[in-house]
Amino acid sequence: MDLSRFNLITIATPLVLGAGVLLVMLVDLLSGRANRRPAQLAALAVVLAAAAVCLATWNTGGVSFFGQVSGDGFASFFNLIFLAVAFLVILAGPAYLERNAIHFGEYYSLVLVSVMGMAFMAAGTNLLVIFLGLETMSLALYVLAGFNPARQSSNEASLKYLLLGSFATGFLVFGIALVYGQIGSTDLARFSAYLAGAGDPFAGYMGAGVALLLIGLTFKMAVVPFHFWSPDVYDGAPTVVSAFMSAAPKAAAFAAALRIFYAPAESLGLPWERILWILAALTMTVGNLSALNQASIKRMLAYSSVAHAGYLLLGILAGNELGAAGILFYLASYVFMNVGAFTVAWMVNRRGEGRYDLGDFAQLGFRRPLLAAMMSVFMLGLIGIPPLAGFFGKLYVFTAAVQAGYVWLVVIAVLNSAVSVFYYLRVMVIMYMRENEALKDVDRIPATFAAVAACALMVILLGLIPGSVLDVARAAVASMP
Amino acid sequence: MEHEAATAAHSSLLWLIPAFPFLGMLINGLMRRRMPEKAAGILASAAMLGAFLVSLLVFLDLRALPHHGRALTQTIYTWFAVGDFHVDVSFLADPLSAVMILVVSGVGFLIHVYSIGYMKGDPGAVRYFTYLNLFAFFMLTLVLADNYLLMFVGWEGVGLCSYLLIGFWYTDYEKALAGNKAFIVNRIGDFGFILGILLMFATFGSVEYGTVFDRAAGFPYGSAVITAITLLLFLGATGKSAQLPLYVWLPDAMAGPTPVSALIHAATMVTAGVYMVARSNLLYSLAPVSLTVVAAVGAFTALFAATIGLTQFDIKKVLAYSTVSQLGYMFLGCGVAAFGAGIFHLMTHAFFKALLFLGSGSVIHAMDHYFHHAGIKSNAQDMRYMGGLRKHLPSTYWTMLVGCLAIAGIPGLSGFFSKDEILWKTFASGNYGLWIIAVITSGLTAFYMFRLLYMTFHGDFRSAKGHDHPHESPRVMTVPLMILAGLSVVGGWVGIPHVLGGGNQFEMWLEPVFERGQEIAALAHAGEHGGATELLTMLFVTLVGLSGIGLAYLFYLRQPKLPEKVAAGAGPLYGLVYNKYYVDEIYDAGVVQPLKATSNHFLWRFFDVKIVDGLVNGTARVMTEFGTGVRKIQTGQVQNYALAFAVGVVVIILAFVL
Amino acid sequence: MIISLNHYLVLAALLFSIGVAGVLTRRNAIIIFASIELMMNAVNLAFVAFARHWGDVGGQIFVFFIIAVAAAEVAVGLAIIVVLFRHRETVNIDKVNLLKW
Repeated sequence: MDLSRFNLITIATPLVLGAGVLLVMLVDLLSGRANRRPAQLAALAVVLAAAAVCLATWNTGGVSFFGQVSGDGFASFFNLIFLAVAFLVILAGPAYLERNAIHFGEYYSLVLVSVMGMAFMAAGTNLLVIFLGLETMSLALYVLAGFNPARQSSNEASLKYLLLGSFATGFLVFGIALVYGQIGSTDLARFSAYLAGAGDPFAGYMGAGVALLLIGLTFKMAVVPFHFWSPDVYDGAPTVVSAFMSAAPKAAAFAAALRIFYAPAESLGLPWERILWILAALTMTVGNLSALNQASIKRMLAYSSVAHAGYLLLGILAGNELGAAGILFYLASYVFMNVGAFTVAWMVNRRGEGRYDLGDFAQLGFRRPLLAAMMSVFMLGLIGIPPLAGFFGKLYVFTAAVQAGYVWLVVIAVLNSAVSVFYYLRVMVIMYMRENEALKDVDRIPATFAAVAACALMVILLGLIPGSVLDVARAAVASMP
Repeated sequence: MEHEAATAAHSSLLWLIPAFPFLGMLINGLMRRRMPEKAAGILASAAMLGAFLVSLLVFLDLRALPHHGRALTQTIYTWFAVGDFHVDVSFLADPLSAVMILVVSGVGFLIHVYSIGYMKGDPGAVRYFTYLNLFAFFMLTLVLADNYLLMFVGWEGVGLCSYLLIGFWYTDYEKALAGNKAFIVNRIGDFGFILGILLMFATFGSVEYGTVFDRAAGFPYGSAVITAITLLLFLGATGKSAQLPLYVWLPDAMAGPTPVSALIHAATMVTAGVYMVARSNLLYSLAPVSLTVVAAVGAFTALFAATIGLTQFDIKKVLAYSTVSQLGYMFLGCGVAAFGAGIFHLMTHAFFKALLFLGSGSVIHAMDHYFHHAGIKSNAQDMRYMGGLRKHLPSTYWTMLVGCLAIAGIPGLSGFFSKDEILWKTFASGNYGLWIIAVITSGLTAFYMFRLLYMTFHGDFRSAKGHDHPHESPRVMTVPLMILAGLSVVGGWVGIPHVLGGGNQFEMWLEPVFERGQEIAALAHAGEHGGATELLTMLFVTLVGLSGIGLAYLFYLRQPKLPEKVAAGAGPLYGLVYNKYYVDEIYDAGVVQPLKATSNHFLWRFFDVKIVDGLVNGTARVMTEFGTGVRKIQTGQVQNYALAFAVGVVVIILAFVL
Repeated sequence: MIISLNHYLVLAALLFSIGVAGVLTRRNAIIIFASIELMMNAVNLAFVAFARHWGDVGGQIFVFFIIAVAAAEVAVGLAIIVVLFRHRETVNIDKVNLLKW
């Protein structure tokens, strides 16, 4: 057997994560039930090690394992995003878990397993690998969503996520089966070659196959009308988990979508454009309108993340290099804004886990000015106020769509951004202008605060050097086989 | 034809201009717990002074350059690049931005100094100066940017600061709402602005001024895409510069501290729209439709806001509507391709309107203290409780008198030259209808400004109680007033038209920026051959202004009893005086009352409050309601979700297969 | 009669649709879960048929992975349903609507 076909460099990052999962479980086992600190530290060490490996092997892998995976810059870029999110939620998590008396070591291993799945989604060049990565990620997320078994809403969230998730998986694999039936392979290179060569790309099983593939991925992105799970799940899940779920899996879904659809984008033709156009418009509009009148910050952020999926779809639809690189940049900034916002949300929650009320933010601007300022950075970033990172994400993706000729869709997107101001701004109004209410003070948790500060710094930093980051993203897109 | 970028010299000074206020903001912001209030004020003012001095240096550098080579650039770093599309964080000082930075930093400095007195004793003073400096930073970035994207950063930043400053007294819920409204209405405008930039990029492949204008010059006159770009940009301008229909936020924005109104809502931020249109003069000149829209919106806003100004009793509201109206003039100037005239008026308006706002602040300050000491619960901004303040606030009175004369267009003062320039260019370009509207507005302006002056400073003090009376503000507040009064007088002398023997240096100074646009619009020298016609229209407009003042005098100053006294004492004169009074009555019944009634009941109470305000609030409410409906599809039943999923699957498969 | 590829595919599609119908109409969470399993197995059938059609083992390998994934889903799913039952003493999916709007 020719061992050179198994280039381990291509999967070095997920490999480190897989080994890390075992390590974290072992550490947790050895350190006893009362003390979870060693498990957390081990998990942080694993994430840092994986990040180091990711940087060291940046764009050096190439295609390997018989064309199953590609360790290119694209995979590296996404791995870094996933690892950053994992690092933040592992760093910030313990305070939340302890507050809710659910500080189990499994939290850390599940987060790592899930990230490993995402890494395979980003690296996969075969539908089989992408499917397995997606399922690895999802199974860990189902458990994480129900991580607080004592709370009904957490259990409900995980049940809904599981039922709808496996329902969607059924459609996804059916789609893969149909694609396989048409071309006799699940290899993505063959897939693109077939689409480019076919007179009618959607003849035979291919039409339904591509449709179901798209649906399976848009489910994970939370695109209307496949988004219904996301508000309920983000709302019911423990908030540290919501922070993780709203950021990393969405990025992974877009990574997989780009892997599958970026290369053949030009040969997909009119039905593809029409469907994506409608899905994008629907997604941002429904997400934004639903977010307008939410009393709970968690639900508000959940719907807002639906809207962001809509903006991101513009990049897929544009199908050009700027669109793809724009998605990478957008996600890199978006994960920090969302993780930061969700984390601040549970930090200031003063009415107990059952009630996430926007009123909790009252007077935050004067009691904890720095925390409020960082929350403002996240809100303004999500609106897309320059020079914060969120602005450039939108700018790139929208510009790409204009270049591709989707001017009216961009008009709708910009209009939607204007609508989103209403609800993001409400948080700021409450923080700085709502009358004093008799609320407990916000706890001072250094590690969590550090995580939030890191998010805020990234949002600002990415806005100051958007050009260099975009260059990296473009190189990453170009490195895809 | 020379092109700016080709001849632009490098300057390493430019970054200092926004850096000074940024540094002030940083120090005040980080040290706000430990910072004594007074030190914060002095630091913030010093930062502005620094910015002003550097601006002055830059101005002198520019003057030393040859007429057509007057442009200095400084690139800080490349922001991002996509293919051949790159955007730098880069500053440009040309004659236009030089005027802007001088006005912003100069007037801004005076207002910062004034604020030291005005905010004395306010627990949030350090926060106030932090925001004020941050505002100055963004405003200077806006006018110094050498591309539309960086301009947009400043544009959004000043909006954010104005929002923070309007809602400064956050404990007041209504004020918080006003701040909110300002931000939201501005976002509607920004929606147009960002679309304009995107479309500009798609069309020209750049957002850098020089490149955009060069490439646009190759487009045909009246090109549809340029019309679309300019109209979208103008939508942004109507939001920021409070024009119809997006002006609603400005009167509400008066909830903020008065120096903020002077700085942001009179002298600087609200003029950003005018600056942007003037900066894009080449694009607008290529789009005659857009120019017409700009001119018409400007003229109608000017008239509309002026009529509402007639009926207001809140001293700051009068000034707010007056600002909207004056901004209308500036857009009218730009709309008839007299960009230089628009910028000229922008500058003089910054002087006299800042003066008037600061003066009103001084009045409010005095009234507030008086009410406080006398134990009266009353509205310190309502002119009906004022009167006779001339005796007690002499410095404020005399400086405000100068401001009123300047805005009324009394010959020799700054407002006269700039307003006349706009009116004459409007007339010369053949827009007689707009000219008539502008002239009427001019009369109304004189009327309501002197109404304000008489109601506030003349007659008897209407809140008198015992021997106590309001006191003049401290010198830290009155000295900036005097300097601004001086500027309101002499500020127009740089632009004395040729027909009056002046050299119109201001227009000459701006010529390199505007000549390409004006050549296309074929109006470059329309105003120069006016001769007798120009003098005649000038005289006419002056008379209209004077009669406005006269009417105000008759209605608000001369007591109704006066005619009777005269009649009793001097029989032969009785008829004459009586008749004059009779004329007043005719005016009153036939002109002023119906006008006031219309503007009060229709324009203000109905159109302004119900329609436009209602539209803004209504949109928010309707969307919220709609959102409440939309979110109801999220039933919580997992099988409904699965059903929606399945329906989606069927639809999408059908779309692909069929 | 010769049993062709299309026969297998029609059967797979029918099974899949029955699964979907089960998910949409049944109220018992466990039955819904079983219906999802049915969908998976319908896909397995299609894969095997296609693999035979192409003379390629790739499709059959895929089936093994689907079976493994489905088993993992069942493990997680049943655990969640057990917790559900502990909370509410029912597995009726209609009653699970705490989170909405």
